[in-house]
Amino acid sequence: MSTTTVSQLDEVKTGPWDGGKSPFSIEYGKIMMWFFLVSDAFTFSSFLIYYGAQRFSKVSWPDPDQVFQSIPGLVDEGFPLVFVGIMTFILIMSSVTMVLAVEAGHRNAKKEVVVWMIWTIIGGITFLGCQALEWSHLHHEGYWWGSIPHHYHGVDTIGAQQFANLFFTITGFHGFHVFSGVIINIIILFMTTSNVFKKRGSYLMVEKVGLYWHFVDLVWVFVFTFFYLV
Amino acid sequence: MSAEHTHEHGNEEHASMSKGKIWRVFFYLLGITAIEFLIALVLIPKGIIDHGIGNFAYIVLTLVKAFYIVAYFMHLKFEKVAFKTGIVVSLIFIVYFIVLMLTEGSYLHVHMN
Repeated sequence: MSTTTVSQLDEVKTGPWDGGKSPFSIEYGKIMMWFFLVSDAFTFSSFLIYYGAQRFSKVSWPDPDQVFQSIPGLVDEGFPLVFVGIMTFILIMSSVTMVLAVEAGHRNAKKEVVVWMIWTIIGGITFLGCQALEWSHLHHEGYWWGSIPHHYHGVDTIGAQQFANLFFTITGFHGFHVFSGVIINIIILFMTTSNVFKKRGSYLMVEKVGLYWHFVDLVWVFVFTFFYLV
Repeated sequence: MSAEHTHEHGNEEHASMSKGKIWRVFFYLLGITAIEFLIALVLIPKGIIDHGIGNFAYIVLTLVKAFYIVAYFMHLKFEKVAFKTGIVVSLIFIVYFIVLMLTEGSYLHVHMN
């Protein structure tokens, strides 16, 4: 009579973390997109936290309601937050059209993916256009890297200078992300129209690009709060 | 890690991230932004609340918006617990960096001006 007992070590483990399985059950490329976005979140946080530290350390800081009170092309003053409100709305809207593209992708509805991707791209380009208008308006007022309008005097110039530098650096870095996002969205749009995903049988790529696009929207939410509201 | 079997629930919700739900999240985001505008354009200028409380409200509302974008639009709410934890816990470094740099900023404010 054999009394072979299997020791604890020899038993085959079948838990999710014991190998041979995908414990997160997320596709590789999607996980890598998440990890990239976490690292990008650190980059943006570093910028914004440095901005916070500078703002805390200066005696005076430009009042956002004073700086951003124009609607470029329409009125020069008296309307704080209106233009940036439009920009925020456009970006949130393009985030929604992106999720709708992802949702259509889940249903393998190619036509709907194409339509929603086009709207997303239009939203992104409109946002970039608005940002270009705002930059050129501020530039005409005298703000740029290393320069501020002449109406700042004495101790006020120090805070204003750092405000100008950080505003253009941070919104520029964000705008560059929007720009890359638009380019990537256009590539995905062409891949969709040329049936790449239809042949592949999955629109997962739309989802990955969607993650990036929502992240860009997420960063804007923070930029908006800390540059325009606080 | 026992997250494996507790997540049939998550998959159900995965399927139900429908158009209706997407638009609902959109209106939450829009509503929160509208509240922020109300604070900036009405409540603070009329002196109903002061800047300190206003700023606190902005930051809370921003975090709520961030939650809705990450949880629903980026779908993180419906991923495995282990993955959610991995992503969210790493952001603790950002919190620590905020504490460090704002302390530094306040110190400079007192000692260099």
